[in-house]
Amino acid sequence: MSVLIYAENAEGKFKKSTFEAVSYARAIADQNNTNLIAISIGDVNGTELAALGKYGAEKVLNVSNEKLKNFVNQAYASVIADAAKKEGADIVVLSNSFSGRGLAPRIGVKLEAGVADGAVSLPELDGGKFKVKKTAFSGKAFAIVELTSANKVISLTPNAYKVVEKGSAATIEDFNPETKPSDFKAMMKEIVRSADKVSLPDADIVVSGGRGLKGPENWGMVEELAGLLGAALACSKPVSDAGWRPHSEHVGQTGIAVSPNLYIAIGISGAIQHLAGVSSSKVIVVINKDADAPFFKVADYGIVGDAFEVVPKLIEAIKEYKASA
Amino acid sequence: MKILVCISNVPDTTTKITFTDNNTQFNTNGVQFILNPYDEIALARAIELTDGGNGSVTVINVGEVNTEATIRKALAIGATDAVRINAKPHDAWFVAFQVAQYIKANPFDLILTGRESIDYNGSKVAGMLGELLDLPSVSIIKKLDIEGGNAIVEREIEGGKEVLTIPLPFVAGTAEGVAEPKIPNMRGIMSARTKPLTVVEPVEVKTFSEVTGYETPAPRGQVKLVSAGEADKLVELLHTEARVI
Repeated sequence: MSVLIYAENAEGKFKKSTFEAVSYARAIADQNNTNLIAISIGDVNGTELAALGKYGAEKVLNVSNEKLKNFVNQAYASVIADAAKKEGADIVVLSNSFSGRGLAPRIGVKLEAGVADGAVSLPELDGGKFKVKKTAFSGKAFAIVELTSANKVISLTPNAYKVVEKGSAATIEDFNPETKPSDFKAMMKEIVRSADKVSLPDADIVVSGGRGLKGPENWGMVEELAGLLGAALACSKPVSDAGWRPHSEHVGQTGIAVSPNLYIAIGISGAIQHLAGVSSSKVIVVINKDADAPFFKVADYGIVGDAFEVVPKLIEAIKEYKASA
Repeated sequence: MKILVCISNVPDTTTKITFTDNNTQFNTNGVQFILNPYDEIALARAIELTDGGNGSVTVINVGEVNTEATIRKALAIGATDAVRINAKPHDAWFVAFQVAQYIKANPFDLILTGRESIDYNGSKVAGMLGELLDLPSVSIIKKLDIEGGNAIVEREIEGGKEVLTIPLPFVAGTAEGVAEPKIPNMRGIMSARTKPLTVVEPVEVKTFSEVTGYETPAPRGQVKLVSAGEADKLVELLHTEARVI
């Protein structure tokens, strides 16, 4: 037995959420006294691949087939499941990213494995049982899921597990599994990445705006604040419903759940559906002119005041802090 | 075009989540159950795509008899007919397996689910269905059009999107952007009572996971308020006390 981690890359580079997943998989391998093998698919250079060793992978399987250069859900799932079989891996770990959510269920079926999606901590192994804590009820609670199958697939929530550097360079081995044409029915036509935007689901800091900002024309200061902090932009449901901001920024029960280190909510009252999506943030700051806004009850820090006065002052204060740091 | 929409019966979004029996059971006392919001999006798009007699929309649910109110709601919104597989939805694998059995006997051109149910948030049924039926699947889409025998979809990725062309049949999980949920009108509500709802008994399948308990998030301490004029103090607290910047 061994543990296999799918090391997801974006344009040839591994992201922080990948290093988190490798660190997490290393800890699971240690729990089970076994090896950690990583698999990378696509165009990733040798230095980048070897760096996975720093987070605890002993070996990296490198799949650099031209047909697999871009993400193809079905084909990637087949390749990862084949790698698990070849290496005798009984635990497969992925990041619970958009791609990971496509892969985990398919790999689970291929390996007849129970799938624990959105894990937030290391499995608990008591008396031969294998239990994983995962987010449930859109962040309002956690469920403890016992995986009863011999093989197991676990996807890790971004920002839920700290990157741990232990280990050295990994050995790299080329892996060229056979692919079948029926795995390539989905054809990618176009890929659009906004290079200047921080990705919301795995951001360290999120700056979020609500109806209190009165209109889309007032987002300039929110963007400036986010830019200064290297933060991703988010919004409440009424804001995306009104078309002020895109749906992809909607955080909450029916949008995206986030778990950043810092969540700054500006002009958001804190409806239960919104709170569900942000409750696993480590630190919450609320800026709202209504002292009775429910958001203050779950906040760590708060300013009661008009966003149009407070945010510019906050921007100035951060500029000063950055200049002195 | 024949479309299948998989629907879940979930606690209303305003529900305060609590547990009983030493945190091993979800407390359904006083909880109102609704059609999963993401499934409403799938259903709305399916109705748009078959508008004007251009096909049919079947909704399928794995649930016991108490989910029929939610199934009737889907029929009132505009589904053509409904299927209920008479079993507790043990986990995503159990649900996907039951639905896949039904699809093998009753093929569809397009199979939609919500991107996730708002109770267990797994995003798993679409991918599992794809694998069980050897069809392409996209777990989270934010746009869906049909051109000839192909679906054109937008898939969300971190910090961007991908546009894909996928031959039908295929499976997708819908997110916001695909369609606006529809509100049933009086005619829909009246006709829902007489639309066909077929009950199918489940097939036996081995399961691979059990929910053994629940936890609620640790409560946060009292909020520390900083006065509106002292933004610099907040920055200092975030740096020295919270250590997040």
